[in-house]
Amino acid sequence: MTHWLIAPVVLPALLAPFIVLAARYHIGIQRTFSVVGVLALIVIALGLTLQVFDGSILLYQLGDWAAPFGIVLVGDRLSIFMVLLTAVLALFVLLYAIGSGWDNRGVHFHALFQFQLMGIMGAFLTGDLFNLFVFFEVLLIASYGLMIHAGGDARLRAGVQYVLFNLIGSTLFLFALGSIYAETGTLNMADLANRVALIGAEDTVGIRVASVLLILVFAIKAAVVPLHFWLPSSYAEAPAPVAALFAIMTKVGAYAIIRVYTMIFPPDLEITAGLQVDWLMPAALLSVALGMAGVMAAKRLDRLVAFSVIGSMGMVMVAISLFTPEGIAAALYYIVHSTLAAAALFLITDLVRSGRANLDLVPQQPVAGNALTAALFFASAIAVVGLPPLSGFLGKLLVLDAAFGTDQVVWIWAIVLGSSLIGIVGFSRAGSILFWKAQSVEPDAEAPNSPTPAVLSYVAVGGLIALLVAHTVFAGQVHSYTTKMAAQLFSPQPYIATVLETSGKLSTPQEGY
Amino acid sequence: MELLVASAIGILTAGGLYLVLRLRTFPVILGVSLLTYAVNVFLFASGRLTVGAPPILQDGATTYADPIPQALVLTAIVISFGMTAVVVMISLGAFLGSDDDHVDDQPDATKGELS
Repeated sequence: MTHWLIAPVVLPALLAPFIVLAARYHIGIQRTFSVVGVLALIVIALGLTLQVFDGSILLYQLGDWAAPFGIVLVGDRLSIFMVLLTAVLALFVLLYAIGSGWDNRGVHFHALFQFQLMGIMGAFLTGDLFNLFVFFEVLLIASYGLMIHAGGDARLRAGVQYVLFNLIGSTLFLFALGSIYAETGTLNMADLANRVALIGAEDTVGIRVASVLLILVFAIKAAVVPLHFWLPSSYAEAPAPVAALFAIMTKVGAYAIIRVYTMIFPPDLEITAGLQVDWLMPAALLSVALGMAGVMAAKRLDRLVAFSVIGSMGMVMVAISLFTPEGIAAALYYIVHSTLAAAALFLITDLVRSGRANLDLVPQQPVAGNALTAALFFASAIAVVGLPPLSGFLGKLLVLDAAFGTDQVVWIWAIVLGSSLIGIVGFSRAGSILFWKAQSVEPDAEAPNSPTPAVLSYVAVGGLIALLVAHTVFAGQVHSYTTKMAAQLFSPQPYIATVLETSGKLSTPQEGY
Repeated sequence: MELLVASAIGILTAGGLYLVLRLRTFPVILGVSLLTYAVNVFLFASGRLTVGAPPILQDGATTYADPIPQALVLTAIVISFGMTAVVVMISLGAFLGSDDDHVDDQPDATKGELS
């Protein structure tokens, strides 16, 4: 057993207290350690990707206790892929935070950032539902701190809403876990998959309630309409680099839905038939429509971007709620695209913000570096609404293709294509007001010249867009890999066997234990 | 005992939900606390209710109390305690900053839209 699988959790967990305790007053040292830590995370994630590339399952038993009694971390293609995505996103977000000076506008940015990474990585790697709850809480606690980083009244108010909403969500999660434990007597995901399959058809009330409670919790995290109300104001008011990092947090919810509802409650399971398979799709379609309508209706740029996140999470959920290998493969392709594009848009919002009095969508004098910022906004808006040539187009095409031949194909095609058009109009309106009409505003001679954003900020945003381009160019390779991931998800036997049949301390008792 | 525990969880949850819907920070935080108490008792009950039973199977024991929910409740208590402290501090900051303890967005009179 190698210890590399736990490294993505342990490394940020050690770096964060080090940054707080030893480098508290030295922003330079904090920055160095943070960047080096994230670079190391990328290297570790790449190494782990090589190990799981052939479809093997990595298992790490904490304290050498065998599942289901001990807690295990499991790395399969999907979890390692999400870990890699998080690490890459974190690097660019961190570069932006350093370049724009956001990390120096309050205390403990880097420590909280590392704790947040620890929670996200743990949530992707864990093989135990209660451990998933604990890692959710770790990432939430860190996100509360990051959300109100640099303070301000509006941000604190949005922070209160965000924290309270998530506290209630956590309570719901505990209720779900309690009912699952009461019904099955285990919380290990692989063990649950076996035991839920054994439940007879006459005694399904408890497990059906548990299944619905659990998907409600994950739907809150994934901001599926009508559980999305926490997202617009908290993402809009959060500091830009934090909002960009939060782009991966909604995907944690999507990941948990994929994991739990392909392995523990697979779509063909009889006792939970007619629950998530039936009503997740309408909710997802509603998210797409409402997200893009919000883009059209938004009066401020940050709200517009937040609603586009709801829309693109809706696209992900549409693909997931097909519950077919093609659908999940398309969803995973779209998750990468949606994370990178949303992060880029939040960072560009901040580039615009730094040169304007506010983010209202009314013409004001041009921001510093108008042309470059406008070009970046143009590129990422194309990506988000799904126009060719960027990956949003390919992602939507994959989703539509996966939906072809199902019963709901008319609804899916109509809503996805119709709302894309609304999204295009919304983004064009915002872009032309912000960047073109700005040219016709008389420059106010008395207004102080806003400083041009730092080169590092542009490097970070440009890097994200370059990744989107790469995601488009290598779409074939990426999609064939996500297809393999989906195939692995829909034949979970090797996963379950690896988790339950690897022996640990408890299965081979020795003298002295 | 089952009736007592079940109705206690029910009343705590109902009271918590009512307070959460009051939409002012103080009642909402009290409501969230009530909800976490309810969920803690609920987690206890998920391991079946037993009285005076040992938590570990041993020789001569015919019944036992499931130790796992107790560990889960301990984790949940610690987390909810910490979270409540955090939310108290943040809402205090928000209240002192804007002199308003509404949880939901208030219509902005000057702009005619949600602030």
